[in-house]
Amino acid sequence: MPPAAPVQYLPATGVFSATWLLVLFPLIGAAVLLLGGRYTNKWGPYLGVLTPCLSFVFALFLWMAMIGRSGDSREISSTLWTWIPVNGFHVDVGYLIDPLSMTFVLLITGVGGLIHIYSLGYMAHDERIRLFFGYMNLFVASMLILVLANDYLVLYVGWEGVGLASYLLISFWYFKPEAATAGKKAFVMNRVGDVGLSLAIMTMFWAFGQTNFAAVFGGIGGAGSGVALALTLLLLLGACGKSGQFPLQAWLPDAMTGPTPVSALIHAATMVTAGVYLIARSATIYNASQDGRTAVLLVGAITLMIGAIIGCAYDDIKKVLAYSTVSQIGYMVLATGLGTAGYALGIAHLLSHGFFKSTMFLSAGSVMEGMEDTTDMRRFGALTKAMSVTHITFLCGYLAIIGIPPFSGFWTKDAIIEAAWDKGGTSGTLLAITGIVGAGFTAFYMTRLMSMTFWSKSRWRETFRPHDAPKVMLVPMGILAAGALCVGGILVIGRLLQNWLVPSVGEYTEGVRAVNPWLMSTITLIVVLFGVAGGVQGFVRRPVPTTAPVPVSPLVMAARHDLYDNAFNEAVLMRPGQWATRVLVFFDNRGVDGLVNGLAAFIGGTSGALRKLQTGFVRSYAVGILGGAVVALGALLLLRAA
Amino acid sequence: MNDFGWLTVLLLVPLVGGVGVLLLPRDHPLFAKRAALGVSLVELVLAIITCASFTQGQPGFQFVQKYSWISDFGISYQVGADGISLVLIALSAVMVPVVILGSWHDADKIEATGRRSVPAFFALILLLEAGMVGVFAATDLFLFYVLFELILIPMYFLIGSFGGPQRQYAAVKFLLYSLFGGLIMLAAVIGLYVLSTQQFPTGTFDYTALLNLNITPGVEKLLFWGFFLAFAIKAPLVPFHTWLPDAGAEAPAGSAALLVGVLDKIGTFGLIRYCIPLFPEASRYFAPLVLVLAVIGILYGALLAMGQRDMKRFVAYTSIAHFGFIALGTFALTSQGGTGAVLYMVNHGLSTGALFLVVGFLVARRGSKDPAAFGGWSKITPLLSGCFLFIGLSSLALPGMSTFVSEFLVLVGTFTRYKVAAILATIGIILAALYILLVYQRTMQGPLSQGVLGALRRRGSGRAQPVAEPDDAGNLRIRDLTGREAWVLAPLMGLILVLGIYPKPVIDTIRPTVDATLQQIHQRDPAPTYPVAPVANVAQPGGGP
Repeated sequence: MPPAAPVQYLPATGVFSATWLLVLFPLIGAAVLLLGGRYTNKWGPYLGVLTPCLSFVFALFLWMAMIGRSGDSREISSTLWTWIPVNGFHVDVGYLIDPLSMTFVLLITGVGGLIHIYSLGYMAHDERIRLFFGYMNLFVASMLILVLANDYLVLYVGWEGVGLASYLLISFWYFKPEAATAGKKAFVMNRVGDVGLSLAIMTMFWAFGQTNFAAVFGGIGGAGSGVALALTLLLLLGACGKSGQFPLQAWLPDAMTGPTPVSALIHAATMVTAGVYLIARSATIYNASQDGRTAVLLVGAITLMIGAIIGCAYDDIKKVLAYSTVSQIGYMVLATGLGTAGYALGIAHLLSHGFFKSTMFLSAGSVMEGMEDTTDMRRFGALTKAMSVTHITFLCGYLAIIGIPPFSGFWTKDAIIEAAWDKGGTSGTLLAITGIVGAGFTAFYMTRLMSMTFWSKSRWRETFRPHDAPKVMLVPMGILAAGALCVGGILVIGRLLQNWLVPSVGEYTEGVRAVNPWLMSTITLIVVLFGVAGGVQGFVRRPVPTTAPVPVSPLVMAARHDLYDNAFNEAVLMRPGQWATRVLVFFDNRGVDGLVNGLAAFIGGTSGALRKLQTGFVRSYAVGILGGAVVALGALLLLRAA
Repeated sequence: MNDFGWLTVLLLVPLVGGVGVLLLPRDHPLFAKRAALGVSLVELVLAIITCASFTQGQPGFQFVQKYSWISDFGISYQVGADGISLVLIALSAVMVPVVILGSWHDADKIEATGRRSVPAFFALILLLEAGMVGVFAATDLFLFYVLFELILIPMYFLIGSFGGPQRQYAAVKFLLYSLFGGLIMLAAVIGLYVLSTQQFPTGTFDYTALLNLNITPGVEKLLFWGFFLAFAIKAPLVPFHTWLPDAGAEAPAGSAALLVGVLDKIGTFGLIRYCIPLFPEASRYFAPLVLVLAVIGILYGALLAMGQRDMKRFVAYTSIAHFGFIALGTFALTSQGGTGAVLYMVNHGLSTGALFLVVGFLVARRGSKDPAAFGGWSKITPLLSGCFLFIGLSSLALPGMSTFVSEFLVLVGTFTRYKVAAILATIGIILAALYILLVYQRTMQGPLSQGVLGALRRRGSGRAQPVAEPDDAGNLRIRDLTGREAWVLAPLMGLILVLGIYPKPVIDTIRPTVDATLQQIHQRDPAPTYPVAPVANVAQPGGGP
């Protein structure tokens, strides 16, 4: 069989040959801040803010340059240096910049940059603020490596770098035991996903002899459907770990113990978007396996429901937002599972989610700042006046996520539901219904959040003196809120994003079962309004108790306990693991070691002598060596004589 | 330059230096320490020159020297370096000065009892270095065996005389295991000699000559086991591993770093240098068995590491998991696996050596090896904590660090031939994350431990400042990383990072030798199942076996 032809990318020319600068800026920032020590305390945070902003400005230049090129010459790839050359296994460090990675670069550096600016205010009183910015820069740099790599193994470097940065930031307040545990949990669960990605890379090398995008995408067509299925499932496992998808979602809510800007960065601009990126980037592979796409659809649908249900039960404002991320990423994953009809829509929702989720997290941070770091919504209420700006920005995010026209979520989420319906068949119907029901839940829990925080009666009495955050925090919040309102519409109306992404994820295709989009949207909107009404009815009209009601239905109980996911993990993985470890330690000390010691004692005929032996033993050892040498020489002499 | 006997020089410098330091008067300990450090630094410079004059891409031995020793039996002093032994010699030369600096005060306390001397401690380390260079450089089997055994003596004394409370037991156990393995190997070495007397005009122990022996399958399997057992004990592989946690826990931290970081590599080095080329059929025959042991070792070592209440034992068990990876890559019999395994030896030496040293720094401060005695130390020792995390991450093979390159090469090299083994071994990366982060959390995160008051600031400019100071109630104040300790860890951390980003020079040194080894045993890399033509604007992959 002649070798298949790899996909062709254009070599980098002009401004694109400096693409690596995008990564270099934040990387230098991280290095200076982490190695510079206290000498950089004074100006360190400003450097930390500057580097992602520099990358953003440069990204804008690149974007302009890319728009200036024709559609078929927008995929640019170059090699920087040879990394691992072992015969057939030859990995170069290089980059691929195309519409997909360009889009992510803009999101990461743009939204990420704003979050950095916000952090200047939010972390101003933390004595380790320099370190914080060092880790944040590392986060941005890793994410940029992830989206700019042109080889799966290089992507893996960014992939784990993101995991490391999230570990460092989630457990930034390491002295809190729950923060340390949450960071560890995030890293370990991510590693479960990493096993999937590593095995996928190994499978690529086994199948194609190379691991770079060009070769893998070129070869997948000629490979058997088994290879494609294996790759899709393994990559999906990786995506589940990084994006907090079922069954690896448990780390994401726990990660809320980190500082709030970190949550915004993880949820909006980096980290959890990586899984969606991986699937969209591997579109060629997913196109080759119907079963693989079905698995993606299932994971997305299950996760979006899990997140939406649990989101209704929590009283912690950040945990509600965390589960809403789980759920929203579920929508994106579901979209990518639809294949060419969905990749671009998934990315569109990812972008509008990037804006509205960062808006809401930063606003939640502003609320916390005014309420002395309280996150329990049962202690909030009536903050509309006291935090008027925060209320407005939060409201923008709220309207965007529940999908009230004409705000972002309406365009991007409805497009996914519609595409699911268009898929046709029973599965299409079920997926669309799941999406609509999820939207209703979303409207309910977000309304509940807004009511408990802003609209219901005050439950903070005289304990707190709520106030808006300083300007350095409010300005980024305002910019992001503006984005939350309009980004979705701009992207989806006129298929702007779908057309832009064609070189990366392929031609956008309509589903087989066309439906009037306005009908679909109307149905969704009605369900959403029901959800809103439920939230208003339950948490504005009725007084909110300061402690959670105890006798509740089993479903609420289950939702409060994360649908028993953590309990399951503990019972099935953690406890047996600890038990096995203890048994093995005992076995190793008594069994293996005991057997050998016993054998030695038996052979030596001196039971227990081993433990009592003193330095005098060296002499016997010397005798042993001498004896051995004599025997050896004797044997040699005998041979010689023979 | 290749004709010059660099290897003999590298062997003699620490040998002569070691004897010299041993003879120094014991009432000037600082002078002895400085002399030992000086010798090891000279050795390092010479090793760098040696590496620079090594011609890359040539599979055979370089810097070859041969002098007849016991001519009646064809025994000679014969040394030479190929890519594999060169990088391991370089590893020894890097580790020894670092360990000497890291063990600066290790012998002081024992010396105060009057029974042991500081110069002896540092002399032993230098003698150990001479032995290690010799073992890696020897190309005569008898010479190899003699050095293999001789090297036990300095290590025995380092553990038995300068170690922890259980040092006698640990030292004897170390010795018995190694001695047992060594004697079995001796039998096999003699066996090879006997065969050479039958097949060649004169009997010989010359490695390159012995490669041409014709061995009947039954005998080959027997001789394979003679070598394999010795190396499996040395490396060690499960189930021959139980001496290592004791030795690692009782040896002074620096010596443990040398023991696990470099000395144990003799075992894994032996597998790829002697077992496979000398007994190709038997190696292929037993490869699945070794792979099973390797995978068990990876998972078993990791699980046991999690259960340890002693940080030095913990590091020892992580190493058992790592040795599993090395054995896996070696016996996958692919060029990626083999190259990865040898690279793994180097990286594991750097990473685990550093881990032992940093644990040693912690133990020196707290006076306890139990992680439960620590807690929240990031607050009082941020630098030490950062180094601990960095080195821990290198141990769990984080991409971007050198350990990742070798671990992934091992896995990918195994995967192309033995999928199940590779998949099971990959699960080990989850366990590695767990055991490292668990220990880090227990020691460095959470609330500050009982009995520890806070940070001890450096006062004045005096040289000998304590790293921990108890107050009247016995509560400790702890000092962050000292300048000396920073000098110990920084080179290792730097190398881990640089070799993670640009490992090509080391890979290019190792690969030709691994290729040659595989060619010798007629083993080819599996071809890709659905090949794709090389990408046009990406550098072309080189040819392989």
